[in-house]
Amino acid sequence: MAELSMADIEKMSARDAFGLALSEIGAENDKIVLLGADAIGSTRAAGFAKRFPERTFNFGIAEQEMVSAAAGFAACGKIPVATAYGFLISLRACEQVRTDICYPNLNVKLMSTHTGLSMAEAGTTHHSTEDIAIMRSFANMTIVAPSDSLETVKAVKAVIEYPGPVYLRMGRGETESVYSEDYEFVIGKAVTLREGSDVTIIACGIMVAEAVRAASTLASGGISARVLNMHTIKPLDVEAVLLAAKDTGAIVTAEEHTIIGGLGEAVAGTVCENRPVPVVRVGLNDCYGIIGPEEGVKQKMGLNAEAICLAVKRALRLKAR
Amino acid sequence: MKLTVPELEKKAAGLRIASMKMIMGAGGGHLGGSFSAMDIMTALYFNVLRIDPENPDERGRDRFILSAGHKAAGYVPVLAERGYFSKDLLPTFNKLESRFGVHPDKNKIPGCEVSTGSLGHGLAIGLGMALALRMDGLDSKVYVLLGDGELHEGTNWEAAMGAAQHKTSSLVAIVDYNKCSMDGPIDQVVSLEPLVEKWKAFGWDTIRIDGNDMAAVLAALQNAAGRGSRGAPVAIIADTVKGKGAAFAEGDYRWHYGCPSDEQLAESIKALGGI
Repeated sequence: MAELSMADIEKMSARDAFGLALSEIGAENDKIVLLGADAIGSTRAAGFAKRFPERTFNFGIAEQEMVSAAAGFAACGKIPVATAYGFLISLRACEQVRTDICYPNLNVKLMSTHTGLSMAEAGTTHHSTEDIAIMRSFANMTIVAPSDSLETVKAVKAVIEYPGPVYLRMGRGETESVYSEDYEFVIGKAVTLREGSDVTIIACGIMVAEAVRAASTLASGGISARVLNMHTIKPLDVEAVLLAAKDTGAIVTAEEHTIIGGLGEAVAGTVCENRPVPVVRVGLNDCYGIIGPEEGVKQKMGLNAEAICLAVKRALRLKAR
Repeated sequence: MKLTVPELEKKAAGLRIASMKMIMGAGGGHLGGSFSAMDIMTALYFNVLRIDPENPDERGRDRFILSAGHKAAGYVPVLAERGYFSKDLLPTFNKLESRFGVHPDKNKIPGCEVSTGSLGHGLAIGLGMALALRMDGLDSKVYVLLGDGELHEGTNWEAAMGAAQHKTSSLVAIVDYNKCSMDGPIDQVVSLEPLVEKWKAFGWDTIRIDGNDMAAVLAALQNAAGRGSRGAPVAIIADTVKGKGAAFAEGDYRWHYGCPSDEQLAESIKALGGI
């Protein structure tokens, strides 16, 4: 990004990084149209809206209409960027995503913010903890969940250039930085953040930072953990997953999402069918998120490095059987 | 292609027979709604729509969305007759690996703009199209044919509000008001009345017509087509008869889906002018 340094971007929330990237890309590509559902401000797309009012359409609190309209825009050659909170796109407008966008394989970008438990204090109605599972089940869909604000900037750019339907999953608050230097972001290609030989931790979104922390803790206890940032959940980087199974013989997954149908099951399914090794999933264990400040809720729900370390120990016990 | 009213009437009669035969070949189909809307679809495809079956992807074409997708048993013969594909394909309707199912499929049917059948999607998709086309300076119209029972779906009213807000007069909604839904007469299921006032209250201009009177249908569509792209959207409330043209089925909600007998086909061919 031209005007901002990496250090500036690192301090931002994922949604702010999204807004910044969208506005810049909008200047380069006039096919991009922004669609909102009375949350253009809180999804941080307002910069684009201010800069390109003639390419911005607000549908009010009507996500189903917005998603169907996105299909209409894409069918006429535009690149619609539809913005809303994750639970509204994945649950409220679920059928519109599947039937209007994924079945005809239209070039619609679903930019989903406030995902996972990042709006924990807003209550369970506002948690997006099933969205990956829902979106994964749709043929033609691509799902990207960046780990921090820098990766979000790269992901937005990649998503706009990537043909077909994409669901981009972003949290609300500030993200912990995972990257300290620049790297190449390719949709569908996992990033190895740390090499290791005993176990591989495969994480997405904000759990990547927890995975890195867990690996450091494990290292001090003599356990060598590889860390993969699986920023693209679909299509899954099967090669990286199977290499992890082969090289390390045990896998732990971590996601800010229910363990049902998400990253963990994507990895487990791939491993089971191709190279069976123990896979232990960290995430919400078939339950709903509790209410409270995000950080406290994350700790209470076991979405942290400590839970990942416990899962690694379990995976290693299974591996030793 | 601009047929006259008598020519359109004759065309619609022939299409009803083609539809009935296709339904019988499949062992059943949505006869009631296909027939109530046949005059509207015939007027659109043989007079009103700016389309070219030889260039189905032409940017500046008009768009038609059969939002009430179950009327595909009427729509598919219309597309074949208009030249999008061979009429020889019609007997494959509903057969294994056919292009044509009970609901129309954009991925499989030449000329079909949107896969529909799940009700309440077409108007919002049409709104997105109308906005995109207007941005590109095209004067294309987007026509969306809605069922009356379909209007129970709340998404229609989201799109109705959105279209009024965004002033897409290039978006034309046509309600096939045949007064029946699947479970019974619509007034006994969930009434839509006062329907014209509902559309008006949502900011739309309305035209109410007898939707089985070809001259009235054509006049209403032409009226709606002449309103530019930046004004109040138009809803045509077309009072129709479910099963219109098939005497045995007219006005009977039970003919929402069914399979006519050979005698009923013969009777209909005779009544529709022996086509």
